[in-house]
Amino acid sequence: MTAQAKAPSLRLARRKAANGLMWGGAVLATLAALVPLGLILYYVAAQGISSLNLAFFTQLPKPVGESGGGMANAVVGSLILVGLASLVGLPIGLLGGIYLAEFGNNRLGWAIRFAADVLSGVPSIVIGMFVLALVVIPMHGVSAVAGGCALGLMMVPIAMRTTEELVRLVPMSLREGSLALGATHWRTIVKVVMQAAKGGVITGVLLAIARIAGEAAPILFTAGSTQWWNLKVTQGPMSSLPVQIYLYAGSPFEEWHRQAWAAALVLVTMVLLLSIAARYATRGRMRLVR
Amino acid sequence: MSAGRPRRRGRLGRANLEDRAFGWSTRLFALCVIAILALLGYVLARAAHPALLMFGWGFLSSSVWDPVREVFGAWPFIWGTLLSSTLALLIAVPISLGAAVFLAELAPPWLRNPISFLVELLAAVPSVVYGLWGLFVLAPMLRPVEAWLGHRLGFLPFFQGSAYGIGMLAAGLILAIMILPIITAVSREVLLAVPRTQREAAYSLGATRWEAIRGPVLRYARAGIMGAVILGLGRALGETMAVTMVIGNTPTTSLSLFSPAYTMPSVLANEFAEATGKLHSAALMEIALLLFGVAILVNAVARLLLWSVGRGAPRGVRE
Repeated sequence: MTAQAKAPSLRLARRKAANGLMWGGAVLATLAALVPLGLILYYVAAQGISSLNLAFFTQLPKPVGESGGGMANAVVGSLILVGLASLVGLPIGLLGGIYLAEFGNNRLGWAIRFAADVLSGVPSIVIGMFVLALVVIPMHGVSAVAGGCALGLMMVPIAMRTTEELVRLVPMSLREGSLALGATHWRTIVKVVMQAAKGGVITGVLLAIARIAGEAAPILFTAGSTQWWNLKVTQGPMSSLPVQIYLYAGSPFEEWHRQAWAAALVLVTMVLLLSIAARYATRGRMRLVR
Repeated sequence: MSAGRPRRRGRLGRANLEDRAFGWSTRLFALCVIAILALLGYVLARAAHPALLMFGWGFLSSSVWDPVREVFGAWPFIWGTLLSSTLALLIAVPISLGAAVFLAELAPPWLRNPISFLVELLAAVPSVVYGLWGLFVLAPMLRPVEAWLGHRLGFLPFFQGSAYGIGMLAAGLILAIMILPIITAVSREVLLAVPRTQREAAYSLGATRWEAIRGPVLRYARAGIMGAVILGLGRALGETMAVTMVIGNTPTTSLSLFSPAYTMPSVLANEFAEATGKLHSAALMEIALLLFGVAILVNAVARLLLWSVGRGAPRGVRE
């Protein structure tokens, strides 16, 4: 082969090598992104299963030094907090989402979308401080209502944007059919569009719940924590699983660390099941991160 | 669609009124979001007012944080936040972009959705669970690694000091894992939005797969990928629980990755319960206000960049 013919083939070889190298790099990067998930799930499952028992769900925490006990109050507290958060966050999220999908193709819709996306990026601890200044201090103390407000505010942007996306998926012809039969616009939206979008919107709601159920930062100073039962929502601290995990992990007691792992297993199982269900129900259309 | 003249009588008139009422009530709820943002800024600024008056701009540059003498400067926390987020981005961005390219361009179609979903599941794991894992699994694993790094690369300022396991490196790693899914998922979407013709033109000129991606695809997607990275940065800056649990919570301004440090969200999580003095809580509120301002800025930039490439943008605005 002459020198002129050799030079291009060498360059081709180099180009092909670069191609292969980047292929390998991309595969390695993907594996590197998956390894932490595997490691975390493995440790949570391994540590959690050995510490999880019936007492975890039925008993109150035991004082330091005594073994056994559970987190019944935190399990119930988490449910109450999520319920209150839904009361605060869902009306705004759902109706706001309907507005964006049905009436929001204008400047105001643009501004609201922008505000919702920015709000979803506000750190959860900042939301907690806000509710602390706005609700906890005037009410002279932590309460489940304050915690629910903080979590509810975090739900708003998630619920609003997923509702919008799913309502937009409803075909225009359904709206037109209803309007042609003489239904008013709002009846069309409530009876026809929302009926068609119902399944998707419910999974969107579940996803929003999954995202806030594991949050500790916004309720650390707004709902607090307690070793006892407290079912009064307007007064006194309300324990929750995430806050309990944080406090127990920071304690020097082996027994509390075990309890923290058990709580982590319960929380992760719940959140993963909700996420998988949401993904399955919308056939992969819904992104989990936003 | 909300057409119709307002002055009609009878059933038609009532129907029209109902329509308008419905439209306005949804608008009212939607407007709540803007109201919440404005209220957030106002309430935090009001609560931080005493500290704002007392320390002025010096709050940002002073390193003295002494609740007993009531002197407050936030520099160590700002430093810790900046360093841990930078570290997280340095680790997460190459991995996320590699994974995004793989998932959008290279992987066989049957593999794309399941793997994308698995990566996104990382985002579903609660922050405290990351912290728990970081504290009891990652930090002990890091100790020998840090000792080795200190032995080999100890001449660099980043690898000096004793290897605790807990500290800046652990925080950076945990943050990197936590922002991986959002950068990957958003950049993947941006890459998927690049028109097919971009690639086909490159192939027709004889480009290899990588050459088609590097030039035509990545350059086309540049703004969107930047948006994804900035979105990740925003998450890293504000992440609280996981970082608080692994960073060691000691106000330092050391360059060393082994040294314990403190971040703005962590100091809020740790100190607010004990903040008794009015000035102390105002100083903490000022840190929250600062975080809020930075979050608004970072997320606004990120969303505008992403909307400019048409991802998640409103219909109508999208070209």
